Amino acid sequence: MKTNYLQVKFPSLPENISLSRVIVASFAARLDFTLNELEEIRVAVSEAVSNCVIHGYPGNREGEIQLELAINSGMLEIVVVDYGCGIVDLALAKTPAYSTDPERMGLGLVFMESFMDEMILESEPGKGTRVVMRKKPERGKNHG
Amino acid sequence: MTIDLTRCGSTLVVKVHGELDLSTSPVFRDKIEAELARDENIRHLVLDLGDVSFIDSSGLGAVLGRFKSISQRGGRLAGVKVPPHLEKLFALSGLLKVMTICPTVEDALNKL
Repeated sequence: MKTNYLQVKFPSLPENISLSRVIVASFAARLDFTLNELEEIRVAVSEAVSNCVIHGYPGNREGEIQLELAINSGMLEIVVVDYGCGIVDLALAKTPAYSTDPERMGLGLVFMESFMDEMILESEPGKGTRVVMRKKPERGKNHG
Repeated sequence: MTIDLTRCGSTLVVKVHGELDLSTSPVFRDKIEAELARDENIRHLVLDLGDVSFIDSSGLGAVLGRFKSISQRGGRLAGVKVPPHLEKLFALSGLLKVMTICPTVEDALNKL
């Protein structure tokens, strides 16, 4: 399968979270993901972009989110980047159920790690955060 | 996302249509909280989730928040017609420990 890629930039607005899910699900549908796997991908993307809106640009701060998608050797790669606050304590942020908001469950990173084959979180305070997630269809894993 | 509120005795039945995420969960929260504030005789909450096409941790947090609100007045929370993809996330998040899952609204009203 040929390499495919897509890059999208959009402002940090809550209404763009559903748009990002639609884009990723449409892009990922080219691979042999099951409906359950596509649902897991939609949740993972939703969490990553929500984190940009909530934590990268808190208080409705203006900012830009970049979504980069690629298919390489039957593997879906999703990169979500913001240029906002960054994360001061990565270990604390990765703690399950850690949240500063009583209306939130602190499960975003847990879902991203659980639903994707690989999740890499890089962040620098004051510069932003970059999340890389990769997933291969379960049905294609025996074929390299 | 739209929600319909119906009162059945001391139970508020909330039918949710659409997606529950960061963009829509404030509407879900505000409509239910406004109804709870308006009527202090509401004791239990039933969420009809049969038409919810998507939920993430923001939506789950909004459900947890309503569990806290209804618990504070001594009531219970039930979810009905919960689609499999939602029930999986409810289980992972621990929400199934605090809410009763029922096949229909009538079942939930009988159990609460």
